[in-house]
Amino acid sequence: MGLNIDYEHLNQELKDTLQKARPAPPSGFVMAKLDEAIGWARKYSIFQYPFVTACCGMEFMSVAVSHYDIDRFGAGMPRFTPRQADVLFVVGTINHKQAPILKRVYEQMCEPKWVIAFGACASSGGFYDNYTTVRGADKIIPVDIYIPGCPPRPEAVLDGLIMLQAQIQQEGYMNKRKALRKQGLKELHGQP
Amino acid sequence: MASPKTSAPVAFSSLLSVIKGHFGEVVLAHRSDFGDDTIVVQRERWLDVLRFLKDAPSLAFNYLVDLTCVDYFGQEPRFEMVVHLLAFESGKRLRVKARIPEEDATIASLVPLWRSANWLEREVYDMFGIRFAGHPDLRRILMYDEFEGYPLRKDYPLKKSQPRVPLLSPEREEEEEI
Ligand code: SF4
Repeated sequence: MGLNIDYEHLNQELKDTLQKARPAPPSGFVMAKLDEAIGWARKYSIFQYPFVTACCGMEFMSVAVSHYDIDRFGAGMPRFTPRQADVLFVVGTINHKQAPILKRVYEQMCEPKWVIAFGACASSGGFYDNYTTVRGADKIIPVDIYIPGCPPRPEAVLDGLIMLQAQIQQEGYMNKRKALRKQGLKELHGQP
Repeated sequence: MASPKTSAPVAFSSLLSVIKGHFGEVVLAHRSDFGDDTIVVQRERWLDVLRFLKDAPSLAFNYLVDLTCVDYFGQEPRFEMVVHLLAFESGKRLRVKARIPEEDATIASLVPLWRSANWLEREVYDMFGIRFAGHPDLRRILMYDEFEGYPLRKDYPLKKSQPRVPLLSPEREEEEEI
């Protein structure tokens, strides 16, 4: 017994949908805005740097293995040097002794870079409120996405990752580049 | 499985008399709650007493289980060193304590007897500020070197942190500070 799929019909449906979305491009070409294309490419090729310090690490591992398979979202490849990573996963408790290390790791990452605070401790210090724990990684470095939970369920992590992908998609590379260039020129010459 | 005991445990009373026979009045207090034998000894004789407990063949408390400290803030003397010992052969356990005054927070190091005392004493130094005379490497072990004060002392502010890098925003509202 084989599956009875009406490919003719599916094809036609797809064509209609595309036609409605935008006028048909000349055959053999794909048309998109550069910003969108770059955002699309970036969001599916996330190289992550796992900064794992505590118990949340176990849940981070379970997101990576086949049950949840973070690779489905193009984020399966951890890099253990910050210079090759795009997304810094702060996984676990950050204490004041480690804070300079976290800051240096962040500073070594090349633009574009994003930060995910994984779990209650990385987001806010969690239930550790004492002389040694930093009350959230955002006291040290800017954070884009916070994933709650102690530790978060793998589903929550994937949800956070999808939110980050949406943010990456919308970021608007060309505008950001222009702004950075302007800022750089200003810092070099004093005037824009 | 534990090997069969080769010698019977010494009774607490005979242990006390053995110590008394060797040192005189070195035990300031003793207690035995639910089979947990505890002696409080003079701080000045700390190393001697523990060496005796370890080396005397009839006692042979050869394993240092734990070494820590308690801050009885408001009492005099303020600190109390606590050592837990185990004799492998007889299976007997003993808790040895000594009180330390705040103004002279020093005591002899046990590293000459047990090398495992090294890191335990560094932790007590780090957290309580007790100085161990004769310790080979008395540095902080958990906190960073520029940390000021001793966080497990009761008069250290509960939530006072000492950041090493400038923070992007304050850790908590000022009135929250305890
Ligand atoms: S949030 Fe919970 S599980 Fe995660 S590091 Fe903190 S204490 Fe551990």
